[in-house]
Amino acid sequence: MADFLSQFMPAWLALIIQHVVVGAVLVVFALTNMLGITWIERKVIGRLQDRIGANRAGPFGLLQPLADMVKILTKEDITPTAASRVIYNLGPLLVVPPALLVFAVLPFGAGVSGSDLNIGLLYIFAVASTSTLGILIAGWGSNNKYSLLGAMRAVAQMVSYEVPQALSIIGIVMLSGSLSLQQIVQRQSEIGWFVLLQPLAFVIFLIAAMAEVNRTPFDLPEAESEIIAGHHTEYSGLKFGMFYLAEYINVFFISALAATLFLGGYQIPFVPANNPVHTILGPFVLIGKTFAFVFLTIWLRGTLPRVRVDHLMGFAWKALVPLCLLNIFMTAVLMPLVGLWSANLGISEAYIAIPVMLLANAVLAGLVLWWAGRSTRRRETRLAEQVVPAQ
Amino acid sequence: MNVFLTSIFVIVSVITLVGALGVVMARTVFASGLWLILSFAGVAGLYVLLEAPFLAAAQILIYVGAVAVLILFAVMLTRRVMGDPGVSQNNSQWGAAAVVAALMFIVLSLTSVQNWRPSTESPPLLAVNALGEAFLGPYLLPFEIVSVVLLVALVGAIILARE
Amino acid sequence: MVESVPLGAYLVVAAALFAIGLYGALARRHAIAILMGVELMLNAVNVNLVAFWRYLSPANMSGQVFATFIIALAAAEAAIGLALFIAIYRSRDTVSVEEVNLMKW
Repeated sequence: MADFLSQFMPAWLALIIQHVVVGAVLVVFALTNMLGITWIERKVIGRLQDRIGANRAGPFGLLQPLADMVKILTKEDITPTAASRVIYNLGPLLVVPPALLVFAVLPFGAGVSGSDLNIGLLYIFAVASTSTLGILIAGWGSNNKYSLLGAMRAVAQMVSYEVPQALSIIGIVMLSGSLSLQQIVQRQSEIGWFVLLQPLAFVIFLIAAMAEVNRTPFDLPEAESEIIAGHHTEYSGLKFGMFYLAEYINVFFISALAATLFLGGYQIPFVPANNPVHTILGPFVLIGKTFAFVFLTIWLRGTLPRVRVDHLMGFAWKALVPLCLLNIFMTAVLMPLVGLWSANLGISEAYIAIPVMLLANAVLAGLVLWWAGRSTRRRETRLAEQVVPAQ
Repeated sequence: MNVFLTSIFVIVSVITLVGALGVVMARTVFASGLWLILSFAGVAGLYVLLEAPFLAAAQILIYVGAVAVLILFAVMLTRRVMGDPGVSQNNSQWGAAAVVAALMFIVLSLTSVQNWRPSTESPPLLAVNALGEAFLGPYLLPFEIVSVVLLVALVGAIILARE
Repeated sequence: MVESVPLGAYLVVAAALFAIGLYGALARRHAIAILMGVELMLNAVNVNLVAFWRYLSPANMSGQVFATFIIALAAAEAAIGLALFIAIYRSRDTVSVEEVNLMKW
């Protein structure tokens, strides 16, 4: 597009216009999907709780997101008198941009993405890590102890779960030899979807991602039964809307990222990567896979109770991180062997890699579960022995 | 294109320096921390202009996402009179410090009047791969030492901060 | 890139950043503010390293390698420094460097 436009205007202006248009398309895409997700969440949670869910605004309550939006926009905008005005208003402003910026590198088809960065995955983690700042600033700016507690919980949780989230995808980076999301999707057409090669990493990634976007069962930062609403206690109207928006866009993006990294992104199963059908159906396939993950997050929200604070941190550092390191080690040992065997036997890499990796992951998972079960039983017997019998 | 890149460089530099000035001028430590984030982001912009995207991403990930958050966190945990704007944030030697800093700036700026001859080479196409090979090739020993230092820092920070 | 901004411009920006960081480290009373000054100086050094890498020897990755080392060590330094400040705050109830004077006599 820049080439076409540069016939009429200087090159730099054409470049700017191209980036603005691409950015606007991505933002609109994210926002429409976010509205859809809020509706789906209400309906699905309703069904899980044996209710009907939203059903008043429009057919099947389809206009409910718009009604919500109107409600949020017309609410009174309050600034607490004790809050420092600049910092208080800065918080919500800093939460939304990272949620939208990450869409720039998401591949919707072969060669179709906002910008195919060489360091795509690193870019995603870098931008996503800045969303903690907005929460921290919001918590401090509100000048409310519950806000501050919520913000501290959020930051501790997000910083901790960033580690297993980043470590879990190292295996993928090793298998595809690139940080570019386009290349990672390409590689999955050669070697098989990474959910088959890295099932453990897949599970860890999902858990860490849920914690990263503060979804139940990891919604401690806004645990309403303990600390009112955490960092958005003092926010109303549009400013609360910003937090709400960022949260759902994050859910959508994390789902899309999981689909891209582990489920082959825009690829249709059993259709060769160079088949032209991908250029037409690719984006829709990606959205379909994404919504499967969105449904999973809603399902988990409807099923699991909230985790306790100390359990949360211990789980990240004592369970997920060591498991990630084991997974990286296993991948590093097995992948050269797989390459060697497929070269010697003359079989395609995928046919050897998938069974070998599945078996290794199953053995590792079995060992870890056995060890975890044994140590838990030991601790429980020790605790039971310590209990002093009642007089 | 020339003017375009130059103006971007000027904007990013101004952001960096204004952020840095904010850090040393702000009346509360929390505000200093916020200015620091701006300055870090500006430095990341300079890395992008210098065609080092890996470092730019690392800068955002480590400085903005971790170090700045850690600093703000520590400010929250250690607040008392210092958070109150009535107390001066500067000590008695700030005048001398300003003179020293100005002299330092003059001395360091003298490097820029040298006649540097830029190389005509361009950076490797896959700079990240080249960087990785440098880490595991000629710089293997420092790389391992840095990892050990990080491990020691991790253990040390936990031991120091726990009650 | 190389033709639109001279190397000297980067060096001046880095020098200014370093000087501001130095002033912050020398003139502030709050220990965390001093740490911020140190971080600014480390960033200035990094800008210099990367600028020299890009302009003088782009084919050799040493500049970026050392910039990465500095980022890693700065992160370690920040973690240790802040842990120390929190420990000091627990025992002395202040983090002003002028009031932490146990070792003075």
